[in-house]
Amino acid sequence: MNNLAQISEQRDFVVSSSSLKDVRSFSREVFEKVNIDQDLKDELVLAIAEAAQNIVKHAYQGEDTEDKMEIKISLSNGNLEIGFFDKGRPVEKDKIRHRKIDDIKPGGLGTFFIQQIMDAVVFKEGEKPWINHLILSKKINY
Amino acid sequence: MSYKVIEEGGISIVHLDGEIDMDVTEKAKEVIMPLIEAKKEVHLNLKEVQYMDSSGISVLIESHQKATELGTKVILKDISKSVLKVIMMAKLEQILNLG
Repeated sequence: MNNLAQISEQRDFVVSSSSLKDVRSFSREVFEKVNIDQDLKDELVLAIAEAAQNIVKHAYQGEDTEDKMEIKISLSNGNLEIGFFDKGRPVEKDKIRHRKIDDIKPGGLGTFFIQQIMDAVVFKEGEKPWINHLILSKKINY
Repeated sequence: MSYKVIEEGGISIVHLDGEIDMDVTEKAKEVIMPLIEAKKEVHLNLKEVQYMDSSGISVLIESHQKATELGTKVILKDISKSVLKVIMMAKLEQILNLG
């Protein structure tokens, strides 16, 4: 357990729904090294898995591919930053919206969860070879 | 995810086990939806579900809505702490039937 954690770990995953359990395992492994409470760890794992799911669902629209996405988790001086890189369709920022809270229907919840859990969500154009670069960030007290 | 269905006094009790994400939602729907379409009352036992994401929550919403439409109900039983947290994060605790 690291009370003054400086972490920077990254891993590639095939863009597929079957990779989501590996995304969660990777995230759990990384957060095991940080002295934060289990509830927060669980929330962060959920946010990461939801963002990865959005890549599978939206950037690739569920198509079979051999492409990989990269996830990078960095923690420095209490600033947690999680980067997602993919080569799918460019994200149309204007079309990203979570469901309205009083609109009870399936779908749109993943983005809502991410926004509930994280402090900031930023979409950037990826630097080659990447097309999309999503950054989730949160200040962590530990 | 694994599951077990028990019929008890006209109620279908579905015990789900494991992690419910996008990869297994179709399988979950294939188990739950035919029971609802047969107009059975369905109890989903979520005691052994250690993780559920937005895709799993969508299955719960769809099941609830389908049951309401067909005049029956889906009741969530023995909800694990981690699943309850996600239900509450989605602000669905007043919408879904928590038994």
